[in-house]
Formats: sequence, C-alpha cells, structure tokens
Amino acid sequence: MDSLLEQYAKVVGNAVIDHLRQLAYPLKGMKILHINSTKEGGGVAEILNRLIPLKRELGIDAEWEVIKGEKDFYQCTKKMHNSLQGNRDDISRSLLDTYEKTNLLNVERLRTKLEEADVVFIHDPQPAAFHHFCKGRKGKWVWRCHIDVSHPYRPIWKYLREYIKDYDASIWSLSTFAQPLSHPLYLIPPSIDPLSEKNVGLSEKEISRFLDSWSINRDIPIITQVSRFDRFKDPIGVIESYRLIKKYVPVQLVLAGGGATDDPEGAQVLQEVKEFANNDPDVHILELPSDAHRAINALQRGSDIIIQKSLKEGFGLTVTEGLWKGKPVVAGDTGGIKLQVINHFNGFRVNTPEGTAIRIRYLLKHPDIMETMGKNARQLVLDNYLITRHLREYLTLVVALLYGSKEKIELKLPAHLQ
Amino acid sequence: MGETDFKIMDCALIAIATGEKAQNLRELRDHLRDTHPGALYYHFWGGLLRPHFDDPEFQNDFAVWASRNLHDSKISEQLSIIDPNVFDNIEDLRHEVIEIIEQRLYETEYIPWAKTGQEFHFIRSQIVIFDTGISLSDPGKFLDIIPKMSLGSIFYHFIDARRRSHENRNDFSIWLKTFGTRYKELRESLDKIDPYFTTLNELRREIDSVFHKYIKGGANG
Repeated sequence: MDSLLEQYAKVVGNAVIDHLRQLAYPLKGMKILHINSTKEGGGVAEILNRLIPLKRELGIDAEWEVIKGEKDFYQCTKKMHNSLQGNRDDISRSLLDTYEKTNLLNVERLRTKLEEADVVFIHDPQPAAFHHFCKGRKGKWVWRCHIDVSHPYRPIWKYLREYIKDYDASIWSLSTFAQPLSHPLYLIPPSIDPLSEKNVGLSEKEISRFLDSWSINRDIPIITQVSRFDRFKDPIGVIESYRLIKKYVPVQLVLAGGGATDDPEGAQVLQEVKEFANNDPDVHILELPSDAHRAINALQRGSDIIIQKSLKEGFGLTVTEGLWKGKPVVAGDTGGIKLQVINHFNGFRVNTPEGTAIRIRYLLKHPDIMETMGKNARQLVLDNYLITRHLREYLTLVVALLYGSKEKIELKLPAHLQ
Repeated sequence: MGETDFKIMDCALIAIATGEKAQNLRELRDHLRDTHPGALYYHFWGGLLRPHFDDPEFQNDFAVWASRNLHDSKISEQLSIIDPNVFDNIEDLRHEVIEIIEQRLYETEYIPWAKTGQEFHFIRSQIVIFDTGISLSDPGKFLDIIPKMSLGSIFYHFIDARRRSHENRNDFSIWLKTFGTRYKELRESLDKIDPYFTTLNELRREIDSVFHKYIKGGANG
C-alpha cells in the first residue's frame, strides 16, 4: 500500500511532493493543533481529514480537536455564520454568554494541548474565543476563516473582532473577504482532494450505472448544476437557460442538490423548482443525500457541461470539482468563480439566463473547443486548486510565522544534508 | 570547470492582503505611493506563482485591473508594457508606475472608476527560500535535473534571479559565465527566453529544450 504522499505523487507528480517534503523539513517534530467544530460533514472537516494525516506523514506532530457544545451554542454559532455572510441576525446576550462559556469550558478541557502547541489553527467563529481564554499559550495562533465575510453584519463582526484581533495572523480565502486587522492577513484559497470519493477517477461503467439509475440518456447532451436548492444558486434561471437552449438543440438538464429536510427555505425553493420544471422529462431534479459523493462524481463526469449560475458565491468548490473532471464550466460572474473560470479558456462567466444559454449553445456546437477547454480546466485545478497546494501554503505560512515577518525568508539546509 | 557548483534552490510564496483597496485610478495612485514594496513585487512577478492562464493579455495585475474593471484600454496598455526587470530597485519601479498613472489622470477628462465589488485589492507576499541539497558542477547534468525541478525552483532561478543580479539575468546564465566562453551560445539562448506571456510549466519546457539543443546537440559540449 502506497503512503498518502505517494498516492498524491501519482496525481500531482513527484516534484510537487518533494517540494512539500523540503518545505516541511524545518517543521519536523513541531506540534501543530487544529480546532474546528466538527469531525464530520462540511468542507472544513473534509479538508482537515486529509491535511492532518499528510502533515503527520511529513514529520509534523499535527493534531485535530473539536469544540463541543450544547444546542444553544450551535444556535448561536449558526447565527454568527449567517451574520458574517451578511444576514442581519442579532444574537441575544444570553446566547453570547453561552458562546463565551462554551469556549472557556473547551479551553479548560484542551488546555494542555493548547498550551503545548507550537502553532494553533482555529477554524471559523465557533472556537474563535479560545485565544482569549487560553492565557498560558506559548505558540503562534492563527484564525482561519472559511466564510465569505465580504459584507458582514457589522454588530456581529465587531463582537467577534475583539476575539480575533489579538491572534498572530488570520487566513482568508479571497482578498475580497479579508477584514482589516492589524496582524498579517494571509490569503489561501480552498482546495479539492483528488483522492476523495467526490473527485477520484471513475470507470465509464460506474458512471453509466449511476446515470442509468436516474434515467438520464447518455445519447443526448447533459448539462448539470450541482448545488443546494438555494435562491442564490438561481436554479430557476438555470431552467430558463435550458428552455432557451432546447429551442435549438436537444439537451437534458440535471439539477442535483442535497436533501432539504433540515432547511425550510431549501424545501420551499425545491418545490418552486419542481413546479417551474413542470414535469419536463428532460429536466432531472435529483435530491441526493449529503454523503452521495460518488454519485455526484459520476454525474459531473457523465455531463458535457457544468453550470454554476450563482448570483452570489463564496469560492465555488463545485466549480473546481467540475473543472477537475475536465468539463467546461458556465458560471455566474461572482466571488471565487472569477478566479477559476476564464472566458474562452475553460468556460464562460455569465450574468443572465440568456448569457448562459448562448454560451452553452456555442459550446455544444463546437465539441473540439469543449475538449480544449476541458483540458485547460483540469490543468488549472491541477496547478492551483488541489489539496497539495493548500498544504504547501499552510507550511509556507507556518515557516513565515516562525521566521518573522520579513518579505524574504531564507532557510538554511540542515548541517547533515549539506 | 565553473568556479563553484550550481546549488538548486526552491521557493514558496504566500500572499498577504495589505487591506488597501482602490476603486478608481486616483485611489490606485494614492495607495501606490505608500503601499508595502512587497505589493509591487507581488503584482508584477507573483502572478507566475498563482493561478495563471495561457496567453495572459497583460503582464501585471495593475494593467489587468485597468482593462477589465476600469475599462480604460489606454492606461492598461501603458501599464502592461512596463518591464519590471529593467529597474534597479522596487522604488524606481514604483515611481514609474505612479508617473504613468499621473500622466493618464492629467490627460483624461474623467477619472476611470470600477464598480463596487471590483476594487483593486493590494496584496503583498512573503517568499520562503530553501536549499534543495542538490548541486551540480557539470552543466550537462541539467538535462536530468530541469524536467524534475519544481515550479518554485524555476521561479527562483529564472524570475527572482533578475531581482537579485545586477546583470538582470537568470541564475543559469550567470553560472555558465564562470566557464568563460565555453557555453556562450547556450547562455545567449537562455537570455533570449522571454519570461513573460508564459507559465512556469511552459518556461521549464523552454529552458529544458534550450539545454537539450546545446548540450545533447553538442553545440557547446
């Protein structure tokens, strides 16, 4: 059985893995602790599930702990999450008291690890007050924000800012998300894992098996949007685009999203989408469970074009996933999509259902261009948006933190390697 | 033989938001006066070490923003032609960029303005440089080494080198010069490689092909 690093080397090449090994050399034996709010579910847990074993394989003593709380704590942090994304959602003093108390209790529980760590990464708002309550800390502390905080609800950001401002540094996914703070604001975009169920290579047989199970015809072009049933993802606009395309060329539309049982608004949007689709046999609305990673993988690979017609988007990892599968992507001109989709290179950025339709018609008419764009798409992700790049930037950041804020840091080769 | 071995170095770059942002050309100029010198480095050279696309239209982030978000093709063309390598230091480069923007502000009837959400965000970088432990004394060995070099190594020896050397050249050429005239043609060919309008992957292929032509082809061997 190959080591994890060897498995990644097969995807990204040995040069990338050697580069990681050398960058990690001065960090060998160092204690690096990550804290977030869950071990399962969600993008942060997905990333940490891979980053921690990779760091350990590089000789770093990396550990991962989670903050634990009661129902009120999660109610509070859910509101914080929404507020940071711009919703005007005030939080009562009693909920904030629960937030502070929960952070304090967790710091008590994890005190030894927190105090011994050379570097502590605190992910998102849930454990943000750890730094404040851990008075005996000796290492460097970094707050990692995974949320789109470009337009936060000010009173909530002001509250959290008091806890975050004293960290040694913070990390943001995009420069437009970064909020002014006096410490260094590092920029590290998110990534996808090429070895995960959602992104690993699949056989044609398996792809067909999934598509057959949804009665999707592989002889007619398939255009697909994978996303939650959320108005910001504009599923109605996608159906409007499909109708504009279908006047000229045969096409099938797949709208695939997670089950909406825990999200009242999601259920309502799903209902609206179903009504708008009006039982069109070529519009496939798939409600998939949140762990249907392999099914989504097969769907993206079986599609001809990936759509992500978001009106508002954080980074847009579904776009990254589509590009990784070598598909041209037609996506909303917003957020992190601007970093990933370049007109005529690997897809098109669009603003309206009409724009979406015309770009898709153009692509379906030119399969040679689709093929070139697909190759460009995969290469872009290979070079920039895989977890190995994410890890490289974490390692670079740790070196930078430990060696000062200089613009240029020159590491000496250990004596025994000279 | 050369005077010293060629040490293969590697580097990794990390971006830091300075928090400064400009919505129009005047604000861009104002921030350029005070921004961290590392921001000039990042916006001129850093592009090669982050998402990069084939045939980039413009060669630095200021020109890209002026074109895509200010929709002022004149200033974007003038900014794009700036070759950062011809300046002795970052301050001279900063001065030149400001001069060009000043001139445009002087001649234009209105100030080019970007929509909200399309502001220019100033970013600086920290670069970590490390020794790979690989060194070579025979230029012929580059035939095996170059295809395996990381993109960080290519950046360090071919791009960053221009900032470090007074001759404004790449490390390969500078080292080959220590062999006297023996590798003159090889050096000249390496110097002719335009490090712009390309990606580091492509640059690695170009360097490799030049070494192949001259070493394997026996032109300098």
